[in-house]
Amino acid sequence: MKRSPVRKVLLTGVGWLVALIFVAPYLQMFLTSLKTEHELTKSPGTYLPGHWQWSNFVDVWKAAPIWTNMRVSLIVAAVATVVTLACAMPAAYYTARNRFRGRGAFLLLVLVTQMFAPTALVIGIFREMVALNLTDTLMALILVNAAFNLPFCVWILHGYFSSIPKELEEAAFLDGAGRLGALFRVTLPISTPGVITAVVYTFISAWNEYIVALTVTASPNRQPLTVAIPSFVTQYQAHWQYLFATSLIAIVPVVILFVFIERYLIGGLTAGSVK
Amino acid sequence: MKRDAGFRPASRPSLLRRIGRALVPLLWLGPSIVLIAVVVLWPVIEMVRTSLLKISSSGVTLGNRGSANYTDLFDEDALVPVVLRTLLWVAGIVVVTMVLSLAIGQLLNARFPGRRVVRWAVIVPWAASVLMTALIWKWMLDNYSGIVNRVLLDLHVIDKPVNWLGHPHQAMIWMMWVAVFVSLPFTSFVILAGLQSIPGDVYEAARVDGAGAFRTYFGITLPLLRPAVLIASIINVINVFNSFPIIWAMTAGGPGHATDTTTTFMYKLAFYDQHVGESAAMAVVNFVLILVMVLVYLRATRWREEVR
Repeated sequence: MKRSPVRKVLLTGVGWLVALIFVAPYLQMFLTSLKTEHELTKSPGTYLPGHWQWSNFVDVWKAAPIWTNMRVSLIVAAVATVVTLACAMPAAYYTARNRFRGRGAFLLLVLVTQMFAPTALVIGIFREMVALNLTDTLMALILVNAAFNLPFCVWILHGYFSSIPKELEEAAFLDGAGRLGALFRVTLPISTPGVITAVVYTFISAWNEYIVALTVTASPNRQPLTVAIPSFVTQYQAHWQYLFATSLIAIVPVVILFVFIERYLIGGLTAGSVK
Repeated sequence: MKRDAGFRPASRPSLLRRIGRALVPLLWLGPSIVLIAVVVLWPVIEMVRTSLLKISSSGVTLGNRGSANYTDLFDEDALVPVVLRTLLWVAGIVVVTMVLSLAIGQLLNARFPGRRVVRWAVIVPWAASVLMTALIWKWMLDNYSGIVNRVLLDLHVIDKPVNWLGHPHQAMIWMMWVAVFVSLPFTSFVILAGLQSIPGDVYEAARVDGAGAFRTYFGITLPLLRPAVLIASIINVINVFNSFPIIWAMTAGGPGHATDTTTTFMYKLAFYDQHVGESAAMAVVNFVLILVMVLVYLRATRWREEVR
């Protein structure tokens, strides 16, 4: 193919336009979070804040117990990620390396689980948590997030481990590293992109989970950000500026996290989707 | 059982060892199986059971109802429109998402200055919670102060503000757009990953054969992307079917049931109308629908392969 300069300019133009489309709503979020509440009631709406109310980002911490909600989100997402990985890694590794009775059944179970979403099962989950006396606890949220992200992690890690030649591990084993040594020193380091993809996927879907938290939690100090944020705008109040200030506080760290691992992400998805 | 007692001492440890060997996989798979059994399968069973029970508004079981929850559900006037709307919702969103993602994946794979930044930009809606994205779209579509009305007024496309989310049809189209918007990042990256796994010499060969860009794409790229497209669309079907926050945040399924899908309809039945059993019946029907759609999709794609 000829690489004409016209083509390059065109590609760049389209590329930046696409980027703008994807970022535009969040830019709007940012601009809204800097307007005064009075300006937000104006019709038609304004493009840029008439007065850049930077103090919204300070006041929001006093307007609602965001810090508590943020801590809940963080604990739930972090612990759920650890639990998921701790369960998924051995299972994915073992099924990728060994042929044994029940292997097919296990992989089928994972596949079927992938088809269930918490949304579809929310009634069952709620009734289970009532039975276990776990309603309104972080434990319930951790368990649900860990379990429902497990299939994706097993699937992606299984693909990744399968793609690593067994001989590599055997060589390390013969060099006297031991089975586990070979696993930790050879296989895991090579699988980093897969592991990172699994970690990020789980963390983000737990960080953003909404329906189960909405259903299972009741006390404000046990609600994650996703459940707390909409209460800024109700029949009685419309603090859109606080709603979006909080949203940005929740979104920005995750976007930065994502940007750092973008390179690994493609590798991780490749192994998962091609194998 | 053997008369020859001499075998016994030898066979016993070997039997134990055989049992032991059969149990080794459980050591590795156990945690996953327990987690899935307790947190996924239990609610599934509980849901099916609940769909056959009579449950008071406070959650107390009042006895069996047989199939009465199902007949109640099928007697709901809203059910048929809600199911049809859900099918349209899933099909529309998944098709548009796949087509756009094939283009965006191609773009992200091409070389141009600033590609990194464009890739980061495309990731943003994935990193942001769907709920928050739905809320900003709701605000942008606001009747009085929304930016969408402002832009369209300034461009003289409309002459007075439109209450976009007040009319079921418009609301549906906007919400489907938001669903496409949040599905694009993951899907585009799966496509991008698929594109990067195609070896360069395949294209080399096509060029030597004198194939044009169009033929190269449809003859080589698209068929080789098949696994990526297949997986991305199945995951999208499941996700979109179960999508709750977008509709919940933007219209809550209203006015009435005019913008409900099966998911929001199910949620309202349980937590607004307090018909827990009927809601569980809806969930069971919902799951059967997903299963049928995924099977039909798998069937259709395999069928195409056989034809080719």
